[in-house]
Amino acid sequence: MDLFEHEARDLFERYGVPVPRGFVADTPESAREAAARLGGTVVVKAQVKTGGRGKAGGIKLASSPDEALAAATAILGMDIKGHTVHKVLITEASEIAEEYYLSFLLDRANRTFIGMTSATGGMEIEEMADSITRMPASSFDASAAFPPSIAAEVNAVASALWKVFVSEDATLVEVNPLARTKDGRIIALDGKVTLDDNASFRHSRPQDSAEGDPLEVRAAEKGLNYVKLDGTVGVIGNGAGLVMSTLDVVALAGAAPANFLDIGGGASAQVMADGLDVILSDPSVRSVFVNVFGGITACDAVADGIVQALGMLGDRADKPLVVRLDGNNAEAGHRILDAARHPLITVAHTMDDAAGRAAALAGKES
Amino acid sequence: MAIFLDENSRVIVQGMTGSEGAKHTRRMLAAGTKVVGGVNARKAGTSVDFDDVTLPVYGTVAQAMAETGATVSVLFVPPAFTGDAVIEAIDAGIGLAVVITEGVPVHDTARFWAHAQGRATRIIGPNCPGIISPGKSNAGIIPADITKPGSIGLVSKSGTLTYQLMHELKDFGFTTCVGIGGDPIVGTTHIDAIKAFEADPETELIVMIGEIGGDAEERAAEFVRDNVSKPVVGYVAGFTAPEGRTMGHAGAIVSGSSGTAEAKKLAMEAVGIKVGRTPSETAALARAILTS
Repeated sequence: MDLFEHEARDLFERYGVPVPRGFVADTPESAREAAARLGGTVVVKAQVKTGGRGKAGGIKLASSPDEALAAATAILGMDIKGHTVHKVLITEASEIAEEYYLSFLLDRANRTFIGMTSATGGMEIEEMADSITRMPASSFDASAAFPPSIAAEVNAVASALWKVFVSEDATLVEVNPLARTKDGRIIALDGKVTLDDNASFRHSRPQDSAEGDPLEVRAAEKGLNYVKLDGTVGVIGNGAGLVMSTLDVVALAGAAPANFLDIGGGASAQVMADGLDVILSDPSVRSVFVNVFGGITACDAVADGIVQALGMLGDRADKPLVVRLDGNNAEAGHRILDAARHPLITVAHTMDDAAGRAAALAGKES
Repeated sequence: MAIFLDENSRVIVQGMTGSEGAKHTRRMLAAGTKVVGGVNARKAGTSVDFDDVTLPVYGTVAQAMAETGATVSVLFVPPAFTGDAVIEAIDAGIGLAVVITEGVPVHDTARFWAHAQGRATRIIGPNCPGIISPGKSNAGIIPADITKPGSIGLVSKSGTLTYQLMHELKDFGFTTCVGIGGDPIVGTTHIDAIKAFEADPETELIVMIGEIGGDAEERAAEFVRDNVSKPVVGYVAGFTAPEGRTMGHAGAIVSGSSGTAEAKKLAMEAVGIKVGRTPSETAALARAILTS
């Protein structure tokens, strides 16, 4: 889960990473009040979980509470790369002397954690790749990138940031920019934090607020592993790898997948019905490809699940389904689907053939 | 021959008394695996009946190893306790720990992986289907009846794609299939398995299945270029995955321009690995090499 900047800022503050004073606001009036409490010039920043806010006009300076109100009015409700701005963060403005970069993250290749730092910052990470010093988190020392006087201060920030990383089960904590102000303070002006969802059981965390697609929100409520995509062929399968592969095979067949949906093992009628319900609620879906390889899951149980799910959905099931079952009890599964003679179901025997049929059906319908 | 697991492997199950642990212990036994006991500190001294065998439950891995000569542990322990359970198995000196559990915090995996360095334990997983050497032993949840012993070695991040390829190539059979799991940190990598398959005289062809996220496939390709003489066939899932979204597996995410399926496919093809566009095409490439 990625945190909003204001959530990252609050975490940083709690662990002693220096941050500017600030408040969150969700209305222009509360932005004005926040600016009045802070006094002086403030920065009004759109809270969205994506980069490029500045270029999109999502960050504005305001030298009075009224200007902050105007800035918040302009920013709230703005669309930035498909993310609607519901909140702004109002912070005191800092006079910046220099900008640096500091982060800790997962190093998959070495199966450990690394620290990264740079004496230049404030840009997209890709733009400053050459200037970044990487080192094992356990032996992080800013001296590798900074003169001694500054290195000591960066190390103090790094030590607090590392506490955030470990204590909160993060996979990324990033400060960009880490700024040295004209009055000599080192301060985290912007932060990005990604938390490990697998560790949620041992933390009390903010809800991963629903800025996402409404279908994704609904799928998540039903415990489904669903990602909305842009195409017209709905996809249901078992196993993350097989479902990714299914999306690719649909694309090779000349159509675009409408979603990723992994129903995992089991594949009960209820899970199948929940999955179909979400997919059929997607107005861009024109056909559905159900792709199951029965390993432990028995295909006859899946076939029963599909037939029952269509029964449960009734009139809401109105798009053609191409079903490919293989592996454990596949023949029994096929017999169940054949016997059901459901007008919406087409049975295919290979993934490639099924993808072709689903693509053709998606092309035909309109 | 087989890699990492064979007919002499003596298997214990950490979490055997839980519902998943019990279900899969029964299946492992049915596949001919020498399962010799289970571990659960709270149920030490009890036993569990499986059809025609009764298996003892020990309080610790060390005790189970001392009593049974166990060489392999399969873990069905809940995520919150997996880290400590793996460390217990490492400290007891088990040769192989197969971590089936999905949802282990990555900080815990990093911790137990670091703990295993310089010690005797190979870790497979977490979040994996396990390992099977058909006809010899099955440690995990891979269905044993898909295929038979044969000449192909398979290593994969994905469970169901493993099953799919085993099914498509069932007439050739497999030496060993290793499901390494889809987490960002895993104990056994593509490279570890490929290295072992290269050294295994009965493995004639290696199938490697990858997916988006990280650069394990790219590094495996470099390893193949420098160290592998056997033919390698590959498949990568996730060409249509959008940037920045986790696709089911915790590690399956394209970050910026890194971890894409396209980059992996190109890296593999650049070293002579034949890469299929679909699982069926991948199976056909393997079939063509094995029958030529």
